[in-house]
Amino acid sequence: MKILVPVKRVVDYNIKVLVKSDGTGVETAGLKMSMNPFDEIAVEEAVRLREKGSATEVIAVSIGVQQAQDTLRTAMAMGADRSILVLSEESPEPLAVAKVLKAIVEKEKPDLVFLGKQAIDDDMNATGQMLAGLLGWGQGTFASKVEIVDGRAEVTREVDGGTETVSLSVPAIVTADLRLNEPRYASLPNIMKAKKKPLETIQATDLGVDMTRRLTTVSVAEPPTRKAGIKVGSVAELVEKLRNEAKVI
Amino acid sequence: MSEREAMEFDVVIVGGGPAGLAAAIRLRQLNPEANVCLIEKGSEIGAHIVSGAVIEPRALEELFPDWLERGAPLKTPVTEEEMYFLTEKKGFRIPALDRVMPHLANHGNYVVSLGDVCRWLAEQAEALGVEIYPGFAGAEVLIEKNRVVGVATGDMGITRDGEKGPNYQPGMELRAKYTLFAEGCRGSLTKQVMEHYNLRKGVDPQTYGLGIKEVWEIPAENHRPGLVVHSFGWPLDDKTYGGAWLYHFGENLVSYGFVTGLDYENTWLSPFDEMQRTKLHPVFRKHFEGGRRLIYGARALSEGGLQSIPRLTFPGGALLGDSAGFLNTPKIKGTHTAMKSGMLAAEAVIDAMKADRVEPAAYTSLVRQSWLYDELKSARNVRPAFARWGSKLGALYAGFDAMVLRGKAPWTLHFKHADNETLKPASLCTPIAYPKPDNKITFDKLSSVFLSNTNHEEDQPVHLKVRNMGLWKTVNWDVFRSPESRYCPAAVYEAVDTDTEARLVINSQNCVHCKTCDIKDPTQNIDWCTPEGAGGPNYPAGM
Ligand SMILES: Cc1cc2nc3c(=O)[nH]c(=O)nc-3n(C[C@H](O)[C@H](O)[C@H](O)COP(=O)(O)OP(=O)(O)OC[C@H]3O[C@@H](n4cnc5c(N)ncnc54)[C@H](O)[C@@H]3O)c2cc1C
Ligand SMILES: Cc1cc2nc3c(=O)[nH]c(=O)nc-3n(C[C@H](O)[C@H](O)[C@H](O)COP(=O)(O)OP(=O)(O)OC[C@H]3O[C@@H](n4cnc5c(N)ncnc54)[C@H](O)[C@@H]3O)c2cc1C
Ligand code: SF4
Repeated sequence: MKILVPVKRVVDYNIKVLVKSDGTGVETAGLKMSMNPFDEIAVEEAVRLREKGSATEVIAVSIGVQQAQDTLRTAMAMGADRSILVLSEESPEPLAVAKVLKAIVEKEKPDLVFLGKQAIDDDMNATGQMLAGLLGWGQGTFASKVEIVDGRAEVTREVDGGTETVSLSVPAIVTADLRLNEPRYASLPNIMKAKKKPLETIQATDLGVDMTRRLTTVSVAEPPTRKAGIKVGSVAELVEKLRNEAKVI
Repeated sequence: MSEREAMEFDVVIVGGGPAGLAAAIRLRQLNPEANVCLIEKGSEIGAHIVSGAVIEPRALEELFPDWLERGAPLKTPVTEEEMYFLTEKKGFRIPALDRVMPHLANHGNYVVSLGDVCRWLAEQAEALGVEIYPGFAGAEVLIEKNRVVGVATGDMGITRDGEKGPNYQPGMELRAKYTLFAEGCRGSLTKQVMEHYNLRKGVDPQTYGLGIKEVWEIPAENHRPGLVVHSFGWPLDDKTYGGAWLYHFGENLVSYGFVTGLDYENTWLSPFDEMQRTKLHPVFRKHFEGGRRLIYGARALSEGGLQSIPRLTFPGGALLGDSAGFLNTPKIKGTHTAMKSGMLAAEAVIDAMKADRVEPAAYTSLVRQSWLYDELKSARNVRPAFARWGSKLGALYAGFDAMVLRGKAPWTLHFKHADNETLKPASLCTPIAYPKPDNKITFDKLSSVFLSNTNHEEDQPVHLKVRNMGLWKTVNWDVFRSPESRYCPAAVYEAVDTDTEARLVINSQNCVHCKTCDIKDPTQNIDWCTPEGAGGPNYPAGM
């Protein structure tokens, strides 16, 4: 079983982003970039499936600028066997990404595509579902547990009010949720070894995919700053304030 | 131990600041075959760099005569310069700056983000074949048969109680013929090496300053690219060394910060609050109006100069840059000297490698023959003059030294005390009333630390090791009333339960790796150790 893991290069989750002074987006120039945390979880799960013998090969793919190869090196340091960089402009839209992934899937013929449930930059939560639609494959989204049983993927999903388990015939799409696993560190020896693993680079345009932007950002604003809280002396005072000042009860 | 993997290199460099990167580049320029590995504890090169920074391009020019064509990020030449002596309400501009304080004359220099310069140097180094691994701290010096044979990175995935967690990964041994320590001011491995080889024997104690910095974006109409402002005097008392800087650079950016000499005496002093309140002085305030604060950070710097430089080499390696103390204090510049020292060390290492010598001892003589030594020699009496006679007389001495003696005084003033010995007991010090933050120009510590993007994986042993907690109570609390809760610029230390049984809480996740606690703790009871890889601030571009 072959697993394809798309990994996105995003602003590191430790960085507090700032809205550009003209309100057209957030400032990303010169910020530390890392692999989307949900994609780390997807890579980890794919590598564990290979280590358990359920999968034979893990291929990481990233669509974006040249520097996305650092993200792919990280995926390989975590255990992916090889990777593919599809060069395009920075942060393409989910539909374009799904179309590129479809082309890669047709070339590589994986049995599972393992994505993160969402990327922490745009929080779209769309790429996996769109890819499933384009390919006409089954999908197990928000996975908190994945098992390969008799050639089928059993995916436990986090849904409102509990979990749901679906059994998917392969090929299929799985998207990883936060509690699926705790990804390993890319250790220094593995980072050194990852430098020697194969990384193929192709142009998005060579895949015949239309990357035109369809979405328009109207405006981006910072959340309103919260006012400082106060300490109340007693329950009576709290009730009084809720009633007369906040007027919520 | 045996489960650790090991890798052999010709040279391992610890630290990716200007010193380490310049050394790496020079090594590959001199010998393209040498395999050179550089590790950096920041999550990427530049992530832990804090500097002013007005830099002299002298060493860069020697390293890459074509730096301009290569696109080095030195984009803002210094255009205007102002130096003020401040009183609470007024600022007196020092006339004829280039004659009275020639150290501070900045013609031909550039205002930069040193983090960005380091990122650029790292690109150049990688293009020359240097292997760079950010996100890995050197945690241990490997010494065999009294020779340094490399360093080991720390284990990852150790839990808070010191057990191996589910994600445990052992560290790695990076073994080398020569190991160069370029950890910057107060390096944690450098400290061990100095001790092991007794490298500080016969030299003055090192003295330090703490620099706390903010980067602001200001309205374009107020931006004067290349403007350089410095101040001394208020708000510090005459006995305390320090002052503010403010540089306009880049796209509407302002670098502002404040250095406090860590030989300060008043235990109530808070370097953070001195930095904040100085922004309110009329000389500075106008620069911030209508702007917004983008980044916050802090870092100690070595101020001892020539008298405090230890022996530079030992079997199997050398100390570079601010790890050795090559900063020119009156100039407040250490970038060009750090780079130069790295380049000279590289030459000595290539030389030693050819002759198969254990110690790259030629480094010391190369330093002595270079402009680096001349420069530090002529600057050597300025900082100790301030330590002895205070700010006003110190400044007069500095002017006399520059105009009359021209740095050639037949005497050398010495430092008598290490910075941890200078604090006075709380009962003998006057408390300082700092103004409350207005959240427009001045801010509190926690919202500031937030802008350093600092982070440490929570489940790991505390990397600030207090050797003896009992000593904290009897000395730090009973005598000095917890000076660490004031000097730490990241609100790591908190004295709690002060009405009953005072104890110390350490919020280690907040640490921005400035090293002040390792320096200033009265009994040297705190050891700053490297946290798990990639922990610490994530200073973005522009810092
Ligand atoms: C990369 C990433 C992406 C995520 N994306 C999403 C998403 O898109 N949608 C989603 O629903 N969830 C998402 N989550 C999960 C979500 O962020 C967390 O589950 C959620 O923030 C947890 O909230 P909490 O209140 O438990 O804790 P925290 O987030 O730790 O705390 C929230 C607030 O509580 C305060 N607080 C904490 N402890 C105390 C205390 N003891 N007393 C008083 N105040 C306290 C904190 O100051 C903070 O303001 C994501 C998580 C990660 C790591
Ligand atoms: C507030 C302030 C203002 C300054 N202003 C100026 C100025 O205007 N002009 C000027 O020329 N100079 C200025 N300096 C001085 C200048 O920044 C330093 O002299 C210079 O950065 C020293 O270079 P370095 O390479 O020796 O050390 P650093 O720049 O400190 O770099 C050391 C690097 O090593 C890393 N490191 C440390 N320990 C380890 C470890 N154990 N393992 C792995 N990595 C490690 C650190 O994370 C860091 O990236 C200023 C310094 C400060 C603090
Ligand atoms: S804990 Fe020490 S090193 Fe860390 S920020 Fe505070 S004073 Fe600096």
